[in-house]
Amino acid sequence: MTKSFCIPSVFARVAVAAAGALLVAGSALAQEGAGLEEAGAHVTNIASLQSGARTFFNYCSGCHSLKYMRYSRIAQDLQLSDDDVLKNFASAGAKIGDLAISNMPSKPASGDVPAQGAEVWFGKAPPDLSLEVRAKGADWVYTYLKRFYIDPSRPVGWNNTVFPNASMPFPLWELQGVQTPVYAPAKPGAEPVVEKLELSTPGKLTPAQYDDTVRDVTAFLEYASEPAALQRHSIGVWVLLYLAFFTLLAYLLKHEYWKDVH
Amino acid sequence: MATTPVRIQPKNRLLAWIEERLPILSFLSSHTSEYYAPKNFNFWYYFGSLALLVLVNQIVTGIFLTMFYKPGADTAFASVEYIMRDVDWGWLIRYMHEVGASMFFIVVYLHMFRGLMYGSYKKPRELVWILGMLIFLALMAEAFMGYVLPWGNMSFWGAKVIISLFGAVPWVGDTLVQWIMGDFNPADATLNRFFSLHVIALPLVLLLLVVLHLAALHEVGSNNPDGVEIKKGPKGSRFGADKPADGIPFHPYYTVKDLFGVGFFLVICAFIIFFEPTVGGWFLEPDNFIPANSLVTPAEIKPVWYFTPFYAMLRMIPAKLPGVIIMFLGIAVLFLVPWLDRGRVKSVRYRGLGYKIGLGLFALSFVMLGAVGAGLTSEYIPAWFGPTADVTTIENAFGRFWLFVYFACFAALWAYTYFGWEKTKPVPERVTTHD
Repeated sequence: MTKSFCIPSVFARVAVAAAGALLVAGSALAQEGAGLEEAGAHVTNIASLQSGARTFFNYCSGCHSLKYMRYSRIAQDLQLSDDDVLKNFASAGAKIGDLAISNMPSKPASGDVPAQGAEVWFGKAPPDLSLEVRAKGADWVYTYLKRFYIDPSRPVGWNNTVFPNASMPFPLWELQGVQTPVYAPAKPGAEPVVEKLELSTPGKLTPAQYDDTVRDVTAFLEYASEPAALQRHSIGVWVLLYLAFFTLLAYLLKHEYWKDVH
Repeated sequence: MATTPVRIQPKNRLLAWIEERLPILSFLSSHTSEYYAPKNFNFWYYFGSLALLVLVNQIVTGIFLTMFYKPGADTAFASVEYIMRDVDWGWLIRYMHEVGASMFFIVVYLHMFRGLMYGSYKKPRELVWILGMLIFLALMAEAFMGYVLPWGNMSFWGAKVIISLFGAVPWVGDTLVQWIMGDFNPADATLNRFFSLHVIALPLVLLLLVVLHLAALHEVGSNNPDGVEIKKGPKGSRFGADKPADGIPFHPYYTVKDLFGVGFFLVICAFIIFFEPTVGGWFLEPDNFIPANSLVTPAEIKPVWYFTPFYAMLRMIPAKLPGVIIMFLGIAVLFLVPWLDRGRVKSVRYRGLGYKIGLGLFALSFVMLGAVGAGLTSEYIPAWFGPTADVTTIENAFGRFWLFVYFACFAALWAYTYFGWEKTKPVPERVTTHD
């Protein structure tokens, strides 16, 4: 009894120790702000894409373009009318077949001509977001949009734990509210490390509602990074069914032909 | 089974007229319905025909991609996104080409492993093996140049790292690198010449080599899982008194069998294409969705998965020129296998235990080197050895161990067979199984 009981208990201890080590490692990552939250965005959820598009074009498209994405394609894929898209989403004067280019003026310095627009205001032009989710991942975008905090030391007054010293101001602050950082006790001489963020001024949305909003934006950007995702999922099922049937027929044919091979 | 000259005499007068002048039907017949293959091919014998299928897929999808792709440092990236979004079915064609590239290597690696397993490189098939290795070389060049074409950031930095390997050549290295790039960095000129090589030069070379590979194979006949030469065995079957008793006509027997293999293979490919075309960043890397930028280096420069074993060989050697030499030796040594292996028994089924262990270790070392080259070791070492672990030291020890195993397998193969240490089992007179 004692012997057979002993061995599992050793395993249990090892398992507990291993789990503990993982937890410690996990929290170390969270402290550095590198641990990403799961976005849970669903690119096939049209309602979520519509909501995400609304937020994107209200808050993001002033600075960020989707330079490979046409308004007409958004209308078609998100089941919206051309008029709605032009009225609510498009930049002033845009036509339905145009690409979703932001009105933000921006020009890098070239030769003797100094930089203009966003290049001057933010230090760098706001990046195009057409492929952001494919390049960085949905979880990164989702977590990034949740981890802005107030930081008077930065030129625009905001900082981010996922992308430290990002030059982007935080346009969604009126929705999320204002987060202030709580710093971990820093070793002398070391840079203070943000341990966690606290919501010091609530926004228009509750934290749960804000998560949903950001999830929808992430889903929309995931769609924008690969509009074909909507097509390939629905077609893929039929292709697989056809190929499975073809393979079955091929197997039966082979079986028939090979009957006389001994 | 050597191809027997067959003379087809069509009843149709037009076909007969053509056949008298150009015996195309006779040619096709002697390579299909009159080509006798051993009846005991198993699972491992699907990959040759699948490689041909993928080659055709790459050519056909490539033709359509070329209609819309615009080579040029300013246009390439945007034209790929144009294909993905604005060209009808462009996304499907592009994914078929991209998934096809990775599947090509999966299929070819399995095909090569089959050759090693059943001794398909041995007399009289040395040239079949050599031609196959040349196909592998051409395929690597083709894949590398294709990877540069979308002009993402990994395209740029991958091209920079790989082309700069030629800088290790003594004396002329730097000149050689500039000559290949046509610039001091991978740039517009590089992209244009890679496009030309990718869509014209290398496909022609590949096709020619494939024809020679098949011609050499059909001359000496296919090997099989028992490593028994069917044309040295008894003659006479219901196909003819002079036909090998253990052979069956390639068509229809293996055409229908391969059709089943094709169906199964396509199910896997379609699943990837339609539901996970990037395969979690293994087939299409996240960094390649960022346009090429000579000022921003990706966090980790690494090639696509199929080059990672060779990339690891390069990385595990601390100096550039020796690293490049070791990497090329890692490929070159495969060319020598028919002469390194002195054993008479072909199939692993009847070979000594040492060969089985060596083959297993060789495959394992290839996979482990791949893991090192893909950066999996540097990712997992902190998790396994603690956050303070010296990643470089542990990774080097691990990678160099498997690099040693990789080359030791070839050395051991030679010693094992040259000094007669191998204890083989008796090889049967006839093939033992079928299907």
